[in-house]
Amino acid sequence: MRSGVLLRLYIAAVFVFVFAPIVTSMVFSVNSDRFPTVPLGHFTWDWYRTAFARPEVWTAIQNSLIVAACAATLSTLIGFATAYTDYRYGFRFKTAYLALALLPPTIPVVIMGLAMLAWLGRLGLSGTLTGIVIAHTVMAAPFAMAICRLRLNQMDAALEPAAWNLGATQWRAMRAVVIPFCAPALVSAFCLTAAVSFDEFIVAWFVSGLNKTVPVMILEILQGNVDPQINAIGTLVFLTSMTLVIAAQLLIIRRSST
Amino acid sequence: MPSRTDVYKYVWRLPLILWQGLFFVVPLLLMVAMSFWLVRNYRMTPDFIFDNWERMLTRGYVWNAYEVTFLRATVAAALASLIAFPASFALAFRVSETTRRWAIFFLIVPFFTSYLVRVYAWQVLLAESGPINAVLGFAGLGPFTMLNSGFGAMVGYMTLVLPLVVILQTFSLAAIDKNLIEAAANLGAGAAQRLFNVIIPAAKVGLILGAVFAFILSFGDFVSPFYLGGSKPPTLSILIIDTTKSGQQWPRAAVVAVMMIVTLFVVAFAAVGAAYGRRNG
Repeated sequence: MRSGVLLRLYIAAVFVFVFAPIVTSMVFSVNSDRFPTVPLGHFTWDWYRTAFARPEVWTAIQNSLIVAACAATLSTLIGFATAYTDYRYGFRFKTAYLALALLPPTIPVVIMGLAMLAWLGRLGLSGTLTGIVIAHTVMAAPFAMAICRLRLNQMDAALEPAAWNLGATQWRAMRAVVIPFCAPALVSAFCLTAAVSFDEFIVAWFVSGLNKTVPVMILEILQGNVDPQINAIGTLVFLTSMTLVIAAQLLIIRRSST
Repeated sequence: MPSRTDVYKYVWRLPLILWQGLFFVVPLLLMVAMSFWLVRNYRMTPDFIFDNWERMLTRGYVWNAYEVTFLRATVAAALASLIAFPASFALAFRVSETTRRWAIFFLIVPFFTSYLVRVYAWQVLLAESGPINAVLGFAGLGPFTMLNSGFGAMVGYMTLVLPLVVILQTFSLAAIDKNLIEAAANLGAGAAQRLFNVIIPAAKVGLILGAVFAFILSFGDFVSPFYLGGSKPPTLSILIIDTTKSGQQWPRAAVVAVMMIVTLFVVAFAAVGAAYGRRNG
């Protein structure tokens, strides 16, 4: 029994470590000290006020939202198509196909950044938001594929053939059976890939040029000095991606437990 | 002429091949090719020369960086596995199904939440006059220098990988057939024997997978060694960024990148072999 209590305390300690940076960032974003320490200074909205008075912050937010929305849409479409192919078909070179689908997240982002910079530069896309969207889609599509594949696992294998037997074409069965069944997974994949794109900064930094996204801007502020404005912007970034990730998970959990 | 079935089939199969072929495979191949290019007067020209390789592979600082990066990633993988294990064990065996689900739920959230901002928060927390040293100061300890050191970098690596390692370990531990453990207990195996002879071998795949992901992520990470480790000594990813950002030396950066990819492949294959090979050896 005592070991049970100890183990619970241990779990709590791990969670404290994992969430400490998120919580402190939020606390320091409303704390008056430039170099925060204990005891805390007084409560203030000043860092938010200074951060959001800068027009470049708003431009960055706008860039991030555009990139995240486009990259998430593309990732979700590609991820779903790939998951369906894996679910439905067996073919030669399928192992290579699946490797192509799942490999990108294992390549270090710094290397992706360099490779993207070189290739997008040749295509004349470096320094554009389009370039960032392309790179983020490559990186996020595997997550969308995984989510859609898990959902397809839960679909009765006889469901689609049943629709065909009733006279539906493959396209009709896809529209009337498969897509409605996968709808929560599609929304969930969209949210999660949007979060991946919204938080990605290395490749975006290599590729972006003057079109900065929010994390790229944070990276550049960080290269200067300690600046609590980062906590204010960071809190906004945290809240955005946490909302997206939690929404993504709730959609999957709710559906799979019914 | 392709039949209608073929069209349907390829509509779903081709997007991945086209997109990842054009924007994942081609860029990586281009990067490999680039490592053989010629740089003269700050201009790159396609070529097939070994100058960049020779230059990078004969420089001591490159190998120092390699050593530091490999060593740190190994330590990070071992440390993350050890720190995670008791927590994963407890989540797999000592809590209810519902608690486990929620725990996993909350571990997934930080994994997809700005790593950069979390590292910045550690920078503030670990500072010489920061909150942690202030608390330690009340107890008459410190102040300790935690930033710009191997320790600082390690805190960053743990921030990056710990949630994922706990998730992977928990899944594999929770999947163990409980009857197996009970049978061992009935046959007189003590707690330590059950752990080392039954539980760990049965969860081997997940444990190794967790360690490998920790290695891969730490090996390629640039943020922690830069902002918490003080970038001295530089790691390979810092080297890539410095080389890339300082003018047209992309081919040299590409050499380092290829070294990293080869290393990761070797490590990943060795680990997969260890995880799935010789089950009853």
